[in-house]
Amino acid sequence: MNFSGQIWKYGNDINTDVIFPGKYTYTLRDPKEMGKHALEDLDPEFASNVQIGDIIFAGKNFGNGSSREQAVVCLKAAGVSAVVAISFARIWYRNAINNGLPAIICPEAVKAAVHGKHATVNIGGQVINMQDQTYSFPPFSETATEILKYGSLIGYIQNKLADIGD
Amino acid sequence: MSIQTFAQKALAKAAGLQNVSIGSTVDARPDKILSHDNTAAISTIFNQFGLENVLQPEKLVVTLDHAAPPPTPIHARNHAEVRKFVARHNIEHFFEVGRGICHQVISEEALILPGQLIIGADSHTTHFGWLGAFGAGVGRTEIAALWATGELWMRVPNSILVKLTGQLNSSVTTKDLCLHLIGQVSSDGGLYASIEFCGESISELSIDSRTVIPNMMAELGAKNAYLPPDKQVFEWLANKLKHRLSVEAISKLAIYPDIGATYSEVIEIDLEKLEPQVSVPHQVDNVQPISVVAGKQVDQVFIGTCTNGRLEDISIAAEILRGQKIATGTRMIIIPASSQVLRSAIDLGYISILLEAGATLGTPGCGPCMGNHLGIPAAGEICMSTGNRNFRGRMGEPDAEIYLASPAVAAATALTGTITDPRSLEVS
Repeated sequence: MNFSGQIWKYGNDINTDVIFPGKYTYTLRDPKEMGKHALEDLDPEFASNVQIGDIIFAGKNFGNGSSREQAVVCLKAAGVSAVVAISFARIWYRNAINNGLPAIICPEAVKAAVHGKHATVNIGGQVINMQDQTYSFPPFSETATEILKYGSLIGYIQNKLADIGD
Repeated sequence: MSIQTFAQKALAKAAGLQNVSIGSTVDARPDKILSHDNTAAISTIFNQFGLENVLQPEKLVVTLDHAAPPPTPIHARNHAEVRKFVARHNIEHFFEVGRGICHQVISEEALILPGQLIIGADSHTTHFGWLGAFGAGVGRTEIAALWATGELWMRVPNSILVKLTGQLNSSVTTKDLCLHLIGQVSSDGGLYASIEFCGESISELSIDSRTVIPNMMAELGAKNAYLPPDKQVFEWLANKLKHRLSVEAISKLAIYPDIGATYSEVIEIDLEKLEPQVSVPHQVDNVQPISVVAGKQVDQVFIGTCTNGRLEDISIAAEILRGQKIATGTRMIIIPASSQVLRSAIDLGYISILLEAGATLGTPGCGPCMGNHLGIPAAGEICMSTGNRNFRGRMGEPDAEIYLASPAVAAATALTGTITDPRSLEVS
């Protein structure tokens, strides 16, 4: 799996309220609509300019705060192909994997990333390429790899239930 | 058997294992599965599994609290969908609009007991550590998966030990303790960890004061938090259960960490040395002692939420505002965490005192905490809240500023109209 796109670079502690405001949590159910509000209270330019495949690079503790899964779904719907960070908040990380959005821990790549430049992520090869440099990241856990293989937790559970059915 | 932390013991129990090592992954089977207004969205995900029924309907707890009563037709339709789901699946533990905030209601109904595991579609599910349970938040898809399979993969977290010594001074509360800790170690200081408190100071704290602590540990990035339960907790739960379970039976469920268990970090806090703290926009860990921010003009004061909307919190506010008036130019919104809290606050005369002072009252529930309704600040306004988050836009308006503090600081601030140290109001 390879992803390629423009870099959107942000700082530390990008919380779920600025990724997807709480006031929309019970009114927006369509991912496309959610995507229009992605990062609304952090970067009003993001949702209207992000392109399919673009990659977010951020500092430590990305996605802290609420458990709202829309903070993953809205980014995916907006076209984001992966998020690379120094570290992730626990629930956001699980939500990302469960929705098939690769959440990659790679502090060196974050430090080197330049907003607006181009990056490529190779999931299988565990590397990020930017400006002629290569940065490796650690493998996903066994469970996360399985979930990503089925595209989402829904796919993973459907498969598990089918196995039980057999 | 090896020497284990609370988290190791609780997750081993939930996974049906003798012992588990830190960092290992287990398939845990929670005793309760919590969802709220998000239940309708979760049921849409659940339907994709093609299953007729949820596996264990008796484990589900559903409350309508986050936007309750519904502020718009869209919210009303969401609630209608939730009601249809609970009727269709015979969900016995369903709590209607006005019963209160999920964490407070589940505590009052004693639906979770010491040593048990609760997984919630709510980040403040860490709350249940107050009674010695393991509580952790997850997203909507994982709750749907739990409805289908009854189990969830969980990594056994490392534990951080927080040793409390001494007693809180007057006008200083456990909210100040939490803000102090979060300010010290920052918002990822407890990332993925189990925050396990210990120390004799805990037994001196009221139940309402204790509940604040694990609730706020969500703001450290924690997976769960834990206070060792004592007789006060067991008696409280037995009373709530109308003694269908004895104090002794409840006490036997309690899990305590072993002496010599492995902690990745040990933090010591002397409660006596704490002073009132304020979290300043727009990060919870942006904490200052009150002296730094005292005097700042405030437009709205909000007392409520799963963090600080309980009877003790309302009594603190009533004590400060008894026979007084809220400052001109400042408004005050009180939202009790549950119908039981509201009823007790009425019976004890606190609500009369607060209304007389000029405050207003909202339906028990989450109120404006996450920006849905019942007190959204305007652009440029400043809100002093007893809630748990002050992120930009959290209360619905990105250009408003949210300060977080204890009910004592909030009430003192309502009285003067500026951020005020409650100790300055004390009669010497």
